[in-house]
Amino acid sequence: MGEMPAAVQAKLEYKSEVKPTWCPGCGDFGVLRAVYEAFERLGVDTKDICLVSGIGCSSRIPFFVASYGFHGVHGRILPTATGIKVANPALHVVGLGGDGDAFSIGAGHLPHAIRRNPNLTYVVMDNNIYGLTKGQTSPTSASQFVTKSTPYGSVEDPMNPLAMVLVYGATFVAKGFSGKAKELTELLVAAIQHEGFSFVDVLSPCPTFNKVDTFKYYAEHVAAIPAEHDVTDKLAALRLALEPEKHYLGVYYQVSRPTLEQRVEASRQKVRAEPQRELEELLARFT
Amino acid sequence: MSRVHDIVIRIGGESGEGVISTGELTTLAAARAGFYVYTFRTYPAEIKGGHAVFQLRLSDHPLYSQGDELDVLLAFNQEGYDKHHAELRSGGTLVYDRDQVEEASVRAEKTFGVPLTSIARDEIKMPLAKNMVALGALARLFSIPEEITRELVEEKFKKKGAAVIQKNLEALTAGGNYIEKNFPDLEALHITVKPTDTRLVLSGNEAIGLGAIVAGCREYFGYPITPASDIMEFLAEELPKLGGTMLQVEDEIAALAMAIGSSFAGKKAMTATSGPGFSLMTELMGLAGMAEVPVVVADIQRAGPSTGMPTKMEQGDLNLAAYGSHGEAPRIVVAPINVEDCFYQTITAFNLAEKYQVPVVLLSDQSLAYRTECIRRPDLSRVQVWEREMFQATNGDGYKRYAFSETGVSPMAIPGTSGGNYVATGLEHSETGRPRYDPATHQKMTDKRFRKVTAATRDFPAVETLGDADAELGIVSWGSTLGSVREAVELARAKGIKVVSFYPHVIHPLANGYLINDLKRVKRLIVPEVNMLGQFAGLIERQYRGEVIRLNVYGGLPFKTRTIVEKIEEVAGNG
Repeated sequence: MGEMPAAVQAKLEYKSEVKPTWCPGCGDFGVLRAVYEAFERLGVDTKDICLVSGIGCSSRIPFFVASYGFHGVHGRILPTATGIKVANPALHVVGLGGDGDAFSIGAGHLPHAIRRNPNLTYVVMDNNIYGLTKGQTSPTSASQFVTKSTPYGSVEDPMNPLAMVLVYGATFVAKGFSGKAKELTELLVAAIQHEGFSFVDVLSPCPTFNKVDTFKYYAEHVAAIPAEHDVTDKLAALRLALEPEKHYLGVYYQVSRPTLEQRVEASRQKVRAEPQRELEELLARFT
Repeated sequence: MSRVHDIVIRIGGESGEGVISTGELTTLAAARAGFYVYTFRTYPAEIKGGHAVFQLRLSDHPLYSQGDELDVLLAFNQEGYDKHHAELRSGGTLVYDRDQVEEASVRAEKTFGVPLTSIARDEIKMPLAKNMVALGALARLFSIPEEITRELVEEKFKKKGAAVIQKNLEALTAGGNYIEKNFPDLEALHITVKPTDTRLVLSGNEAIGLGAIVAGCREYFGYPITPASDIMEFLAEELPKLGGTMLQVEDEIAALAMAIGSSFAGKKAMTATSGPGFSLMTELMGLAGMAEVPVVVADIQRAGPSTGMPTKMEQGDLNLAAYGSHGEAPRIVVAPINVEDCFYQTITAFNLAEKYQVPVVLLSDQSLAYRTECIRRPDLSRVQVWEREMFQATNGDGYKRYAFSETGVSPMAIPGTSGGNYVATGLEHSETGRPRYDPATHQKMTDKRFRKVTAATRDFPAVETLGDADAELGIVSWGSTLGSVREAVELARAKGIKVVSFYPHVIHPLANGYLINDLKRVKRLIVPEVNMLGQFAGLIERQYRGEVIRLNVYGGLPFKTRTIVEKIEEVAGNG
């Protein structure tokens, strides 16, 4: 990085010509800016980045970045991203999508991605609402939240994404806020640099359909993680995650564990042979 | 007894008591002795307990079906006799466990009562060795050289140590000796065959796994399901040796999503499943079609719908394979006709998927998946493997991932390639991959995607025919049904009926005159299928102008040859 002109050029390099489709004031703009800044800070070539998304307002994000991208079906960010990473471990793979994609239709994939610990990052742009379908309750919406699908108030309780992924065993767990772009950039940099599955839940307000969880609300309820917090202490991380009415921003938990790619490679090393000999040997199995 | 050329043996008994292992070992021994073999098996849904059946046909000539009638029945218990003796042909041979089957109840022209249970328990002191006693007895009956069975037993128990091998060898010898001693004037049921080393003995599922590897597939993602799981297990063992990956994942949706991700990132990838799993994959089949990602999905059909009959056979998923997804997205359906074809058509499936950047469904079925056949050893140096058209790195911009072209195929950039950055998407998109919703784009892009599969018909393996080229009566089959059709056509022609059989290896799309042009040669066309609705007949009827006569069985078992012969006779008689 270093010199200014190079940095400015780099920032332009990450931005695609496609204009974001989001509403004015959408929290996702802050996430997009942090994505540009994070890659600029890391100095990664756009050809070596692959952004993977699902369906929802936030899942449009790959179109706005000048890297490779895969905009797939609803809820399947993690398996798609895992397939890409396993096929090409050299790529920087980042999954990005909304809370509906992550915690409702795609929730079944989370524990398994976490168990595998692929070296990829998953950024959830969490606005506690379904925006693309124009305002229905989501798995992180508050109890009694009034939306078009819950006109008398939601009859369900919200889930706690951070507590959930901590208990599943994620090796990097963080929370950011799109209203704090600088801190969010730092979190994304740390997440992308983490060797293993990194999970970043980003509070990203929807100004159009969620009039409760606004920038103003979050500004009053966020706090930096206390300086003395030990990121290797899972129970301490869980306590932070479970604190009501308070959103701690920063890295909750980070530990090292072999990645999926490393473990797959280790299995290969146990049995690896010369390809051509192996094919003929394979035929001999059936004689 | 005159010299026989073709024997159908069925083994029936309690699951978990050695029915399957006796069958498998006898098959391998017979194949090594030079027989052509063809097996058929059905498991109970339970892991232990329930009735298990293994059928083995051996011959001195190539075999195409499991055989209608039994020449030999080996009953491990009373149920094994009760359930199957009616299918034993007149003059057939019954071998049974004297300790388990009521002697007074058995009726057969030739009977060999062998105390399998007590030999294993009292003489060998290893009750589980009953299958080895049975193998020894069968091998003696069919004059399979003892060194072959001994060698097999040594290989099978190599990891268990010398003591276990010794016990099993003793059991083997005891079974053979009992036959020798008690049936001294035995006329061996043997067939003289020439041993050969140019054959492989494998199941349909193993042939698919082998074909995938030879086609260059190195990434497999799967979820366990009967009757497809052993493709996954085979590749779990073999892919890491080749630097590849097999992952068992959380569900079938994840399996196909990972395969698509892997292929997008430049690897040849596949998954295999059966109907219930394939149903879950249909949304992603549309994505692969829309985003133009090559991928192969093997659907090993079982009897459905819903959970249906997981261990039984049906050809009920053709409509799902051809059309199962919302909207209109192209795909190709390949259907192997026998075990050897499972190997070659898996390669075809990958070749077509890669060249035309489309999802390809490989439709096999339960009976083809589990049975073993002798196949000619493939000459790997002659197998053609195609690669997808890649975008080459540049310094400039202007790459159009979905550029319009005559065949519809546009070069694909693999992430990591300079100048190829693009977003693959399930949204309708422009040539560069940007979202577009205008009518002209959707029509042009839909045309582009379908142009690919129309162009692909030129690369479909030729439709093959059997029988009388000038016949007015035709029969067209798909998948493993050909085995019974082939024998039926031979029998009908022996009776003086002119008939021609057509069999394609690719069954969808029937575009560009593919298959339909061949079928136009006949006036009446029988379409036998193991399903109720006549799904292939339905596909054909849209373009074929003659009379399509459906012939459907849907009891969970493959066609019997005579069912097809009777239909040919009926239709020929009506002409």
